[in-house]
Amino acid sequence: MTRGQRAEPDAPRAALERAFRDERAAVLATLIRHVGDFQLAEDAVADAFAAAVATWPRDGVPSNPGAWITTTARHRAIDRLRRVRSLADRTDRLAELARLNSQEHASEEEESMVADDRLRLIFTCCHPALAMPARVALTLRTLGGLTTTEVARAFVVSEPTMGKRIVRAKAKIADAHIPYRIPPDHELGERLQAVLQVVYLIFNEGYSATGGERLARGELCSEAIRLGRLLATLMPDDAEILGLLAMMLLHDSRRGARVDGDGHYVAFDDQDRSQWDQGRIREGQRLLERAMRLRHPGSYQVQAAITALHLEAPLASDTDWDQIAELYSALAHISPSPIIDVNRAVAVAFARGPQAGLELLAPLLDDARLDHYQPLHAAHAELLRRNADLPGAARAYARAIELSANAVERDELERRLRALPVF
Amino acid sequence: MSKYLLLLYAGEVDAAEQAEREAEMPKWVQYTQDLIEAGVFQGSDRLYPAESATTVRVRNDETELVDGPFAITKEFLGGYYLLDCPDLNNALKWAARAPIARYGSVEVRPVIDLGAAFASDPAAARA
Repeated sequence: MTRGQRAEPDAPRAALERAFRDERAAVLATLIRHVGDFQLAEDAVADAFAAAVATWPRDGVPSNPGAWITTTARHRAIDRLRRVRSLADRTDRLAELARLNSQEHASEEEESMVADDRLRLIFTCCHPALAMPARVALTLRTLGGLTTTEVARAFVVSEPTMGKRIVRAKAKIADAHIPYRIPPDHELGERLQAVLQVVYLIFNEGYSATGGERLARGELCSEAIRLGRLLATLMPDDAEILGLLAMMLLHDSRRGARVDGDGHYVAFDDQDRSQWDQGRIREGQRLLERAMRLRHPGSYQVQAAITALHLEAPLASDTDWDQIAELYSALAHISPSPIIDVNRAVAVAFARGPQAGLELLAPLLDDARLDHYQPLHAAHAELLRRNADLPGAARAYARAIELSANAVERDELERRLRALPVF
Repeated sequence: MSKYLLLLYAGEVDAAEQAEREAEMPKWVQYTQDLIEAGVFQGSDRLYPAESATTVRVRNDETELVDGPFAITKEFLGGYYLLDCPDLNNALKWAARAPIARYGSVEVRPVIDLGAAFASDPAAARA
């Protein structure tokens, strides 16, 4: 293997970081297919990066860092495989790895398999037989390249708990023989929905942070967007992938404007619109247009369209609330949920006055199952305040505050409660 | 191919519901037939009700017998199928087709195949 120039001293570190960020998931995905074992593949890839840390600064960065990592990881996998006796088809796996090692160039068949390996990995990590928290953790750990510590911190659980969750998920994949493959066409739609759900959940956790002190855990949003981009590259003709990616980019454009210098929540209408990331907004709009041209509507595209309408208004007062209310009706039709009903009521209140919105909230407030649903009570409080029912608003704010898990959100609701005119 | 045990669980029922379930027998026969034709069937049995169970534990060399199932749950183990399937997806598909899945639960448990692990590895077999 040819070695590059020994240039500035930081070059190996930068190359390592780049290789880790850009190549790790792909190398891991291919190695999992070759060795047939998640944990062993992951350990071998970790070995390869450790070897790179030891040798690149001394010998220089290889001319093709990705290929170097792949080959080294494969060698380490062979070493590890020789030591593991319990794997049923160990002999076949070793023979296959030896064959790959002896080849100068990958066969065409192998190359096309490699192209799909990351999809195999995504579908396996998001398999419906794994519990949702396990899917999320495994996806972030294997595809996102977050460390267990980082995943644990992001989801506000202890590191041993998160570590156990990830180990358990990998063991289940191996023991229960969850297949390492892209689902066949007749299952693909449903399975892809499960994948998008995981990505959306990661984004949402970063965006709204249900626990903890910080309103946005930016790194989770960035990871979700990265996963969205990867999916859009691997499956470029799926409208809902593009819709989800568009929606995430559009929401994320407001990241910097949602919290002020002191860490306080800034309401949408009060945000400094010049702080919104116009590049992200434009990219989101372009992706949404591309998605809509595929003529395969779905809930993520509708949600992206709603977000786009919010962002396109030059001033908050210019927002096209009628159209947003329409889109929420369409969304409630595709995937009914209480949050959509609450948002629709709020949109209708802006379009036609608070009384019209309160009428839509009434059946939700009668529903005992939504009694503990914080967003419903927060929206109720807002609409009552605007309808000049101050005692009612105070009661609803108090209920919403009681139900808030997020400190920043709770502070804001308390501020609004205090700001009510004395009654 | 991997072996999976499909554990069939359902709640206690009254006489009328029991009659309904008995009427489902042809569905079970068809299901078993389908498993055999697909080449995945390895075995199956139906169990007497949970109150017929005796649970055995040996503690400090004393054998303790408990009249009843080991865990009191709302749903009881009523039978099983042993399948040999290509992967979990396939096993889950068959589990969903079991008549009991519509009113009870089917737990799918991968079976450790000790025989195959030794057979493919002469060194381990000698060990």
